[in-house]
Amino acid sequence: MGQKLTPGDSRSNLYNPQLGMTLIVKTVTRWVKGFIFLFGVYIVLYGHLTPGGGFAGGVIIAGAFILLTLAFGKEAALERMSKTVASEFDSLGALMFLMLAWLGLYFGGPFFVNFIQRNLPGKRFHLFSAGNIPLCNIAIGIKVGTSLFMVFIILSVLRVVVKKGERRMVQMKRRGE
Amino acid sequence: MIYALCLVLFMVGLYGVVTKKNTVKIVIGIIIMEYAVNLFLVLLGYRKDGVAPIIDEGTSVLKFSQLAVDPLPQALVLTAIVIGLGVIALMVAICIRLYERYGTFDITEMRRLKG
Amino acid sequence: MNVIPLFVAIPLAAAFFIPMVSQKFRWVPDLLGNLTAFALLVMAVSVIGKKDVYIMGGWAPPIGINLVLDGLSVLMLITISLVGFTATLFSIRYMEQYTSKLRYYSLFLLMMGGMNGVALSGDMFNIFVFLEIASVASYALVGFGCEHEELEASFKYLVLGSVASTLILLGVAVIYGSLGSLNMAHVSRLIVEQGMNKALYFSLTLLVMGFSLKAALVPFHAWLPDAHPSAPAPISAMLSGVLIKVLGVYALLRISFNVFGMSPLLANILIWLGTISMVVGGLLALGQWDYKRLLAYSSISQVGYVVLAVGIGGAVVSRGDSMTVAGLAIGGGLFHLINHAAFKSLLFLSSGAIVYSTGTRDLRKMGGLKDRMPLTSGAANIGAFSISGIPPFNGFWSKLVIIIAAVQARYYWLALTAVLISVITLAYYLKLQRHAFFGPASENNRDVREVPLSMCIPMVLLAVLCVGMGLLLLPGPRAEILQPAVDALTMGMKYATVILGR
Repeated sequence: MGQKLTPGDSRSNLYNPQLGMTLIVKTVTRWVKGFIFLFGVYIVLYGHLTPGGGFAGGVIIAGAFILLTLAFGKEAALERMSKTVASEFDSLGALMFLMLAWLGLYFGGPFFVNFIQRNLPGKRFHLFSAGNIPLCNIAIGIKVGTSLFMVFIILSVLRVVVKKGERRMVQMKRRGE
Repeated sequence: MIYALCLVLFMVGLYGVVTKKNTVKIVIGIIIMEYAVNLFLVLLGYRKDGVAPIIDEGTSVLKFSQLAVDPLPQALVLTAIVIGLGVIALMVAICIRLYERYGTFDITEMRRLKG
Repeated sequence: MNVIPLFVAIPLAAAFFIPMVSQKFRWVPDLLGNLTAFALLVMAVSVIGKKDVYIMGGWAPPIGINLVLDGLSVLMLITISLVGFTATLFSIRYMEQYTSKLRYYSLFLLMMGGMNGVALSGDMFNIFVFLEIASVASYALVGFGCEHEELEASFKYLVLGSVASTLILLGVAVIYGSLGSLNMAHVSRLIVEQGMNKALYFSLTLLVMGFSLKAALVPFHAWLPDAHPSAPAPISAMLSGVLIKVLGVYALLRISFNVFGMSPLLANILIWLGTISMVVGGLLALGQWDYKRLLAYSSISQVGYVVLAVGIGGAVVSRGDSMTVAGLAIGGGLFHLINHAAFKSLLFLSSGAIVYSTGTRDLRKMGGLKDRMPLTSGAANIGAFSISGIPPFNGFWSKLVIIIAAVQARYYWLALTAVLISVITLAYYLKLQRHAFFGPASENNRDVREVPLSMCIPMVLLAVLCVGMGLLLLPGPRAEILQPAVDALTMGMKYATVILGR
C-alpha cells in the first residue's frame, strides 16, 4: 500500500546507505532540522531586541537546509526548495528591503526613514517597538537564507568531474605541447 | 601592541597571497587578510571590562554609555564579513571552474595569458 | 521628490527584479536593462548644475549616512550612465553569443548601482561597501564566458582586487580608530582641527595603495591587461571606460583633495604615479598584437594622463600658487577623464563588433575591414584619432589643456613627456588602423559583413560625442559641467563646510 517512493524522497533515502550519510546522522537530522529552522526564525524576528538579526538568522535558516543536503544528499533539500524557488526568494528578499526604503519616500520622509516608528512608537523593549526594523530583518533573513543555500548547492553541483586518469592525461598533453 | 599583532596577521595573509602557487592557498591567504582587518576593527571598539552593547530595561542610557563597548565597529565588521563571504564564494567557484578547465590548482601551469 | 537616492535604488531594484520575471519571458532582460540605463541617463542629465546633500533615514551627519551631490559627482554620474547606456544597447545583440542574459543584465546593473553609489557616497565605509558591490559584479562579469582565458583573468583580477579592498578597509579602520568618525566631511574637519598624525599618514598610504590598485596605475597594473580584454566587449567598455575611473581615480581624488587635504608630498606621489603609468602603459602598448590588449595598455597610459594632470593641480594648490593654473590642470585632467570614457568605450565596442564579425582579436589576421564594415571602421577611426590627439577631436583639446597647464605650473619635463607619449599613442593607433582596417583583406575576411544596426547605433553615438565634446570647453557648457567639478576639488576643505553646514 502507500505511495511509491521516488529516489529523491527522504523517506526512501533514510534506509538507503548509498545516498547521503549514515543512519545516525539521518535520524538526528530528521529530528533536529525543524528546530534549527525555528531557531533561525526566532533570531530573525527578535533581531532588534537581542543579539542576532536578519543576517545571523538567515545563516541559521540556511544551515538547516545545508544540514539536510549533507545528510540526505542534495535531492532531498532541493525537493523542499528547488533552485528556481530559491532564486525567486533571493530576489524577493532584496526587493522587499528596497521597497521598505522606498516606502519611506512615500510617507514623506527621506529614503530609509523609519516611517512606522514615526507614527506608532510602541512600547520600549517589546516585540512591536522598532517600527520597520523587524520588517527589514525579515527581508534580510529571506535574502541571506536562500542565497547562502544557493551558494552551497551551486558549489556542490560544480563538483569537479576531472578524474585522476584524465588529469594525468591533461598534464601529459601540456608537457607535450 | 595588540594592533601590531593584527598587522602581523595581515602580513601573514599577504605573504600567502604573494608566494603560494596553489589557488586554494591564495584564497586562504585573502581570507586571513580579511579576518585580520576584521579583528582590528573589533579591537578598536574594545574597552576593558566593557559589556555587550545591548541595552535592556534595567540600565539607564548614561550608565550604558559608560560601560558598553563601541557598537559601531561591530556593525562595520558584520558588513565586512558579509561582503567577504560573497567574494570568497565567488573565488571558490572560480577555483573549482579553473580546476575543471586546467585539471590543476597550480597557477604556474595556467599560462594562457601572457604578460 | 528627491532624485539622489534613486541613482542607487533604481539599478539595484532592476537588478533584483530581472531574475524574478525573466524566467518566463526572454525579452524582459533586454528591455528592462536598457530602460533602466536610459532612465539613469535622463536622471543624470537632469541633475546637471545641482548641488545637494541627502540625509538617509533622517539622521543628520556626522552620525548618519549621507549622499553628497556636487560637481564632481555629477560629472561621474553622467559618464557612468552615458557609457552604461551605450553598453547595454550594444549588448542586445552582442550577448546573444553567451547564455543566460538575465544574469548578465543583473550583474551589469549591480555594477552600475555600485558605481553610482561610490560617486555619491559621503561616508568612508559606504564608499568601501559600494566599491565592493561594483567590484564583485565586475569580477563575475570578467569571467562570464567561463573559458580558460576568462577564468584565469577573472581569478587574477579577483585576487588583486580583494587585496586592494582589504587595504582600503584597513585604511578606513585606521581612520576610525584615530578620529572616531567615518563621515568624510567630519573626518576632514577633524583633520583640519587636530592636524595629521602618524596613524593618519599610515591610513593615507593604505588608501592610496588600495585605490591605485583599483585604478591600475603602473606599479599596480598587473591585472588590467588580462581582465579587460577577457571580458565581453560591452563589459570591457564599462571597465576601461568608467570602472577604473570611478573606483580608482574618483575615490583617490576625493580622499586626497577633500578628506586629507592636498600636501606637496601627496601631489608628488600622484604626479609620479601618473607619469610612470603614462610612459610604461604607452610603451607596452606598442608591442601588442591583440586588438583588445592594445586598448587595455592604452587605458593605463591615458589614466596616467588624468592622474598626472590632477597631481599637477594638487601641487599648485598645496603650494598656494595661482588658482587659475590649478583649475586649468584639474579641469584638463577631468576633461581628459570624460573624453577617455567616450573614446575608449567606443574603441572597445568596435573591437566587440570586429570579434562578432570576424571571430578574431589578432591584428595580424585582420586587414581590409574598411570596405567590409564601413560604419565600424569609421567609428573606430574617429576613436583612434581622438585618443591620439588629432586636432578637431576631443582628445586633442584635453591633452592640449593638460600640457599648457604643465608648462604654466613650470613642470617643463612633464609637459615634454606628455607630448612624447602622445606621439607614441599616435604610433600605436596608426599600427592598429593599418593592420585592422586598411591594407589588403586577408583570406578569412572574405565574407565578413557589417554588424547589426543595434550594435552600430551606440558606436555612432559615441563617435558623434568624440567629435562634439570639444565644445565642452566653450564658456557656456564649461560653466555647467566642468567648472563645478573643478571647484569641488580646488576648494578642498570647504567640502566639510558644505555638508556639515558650519
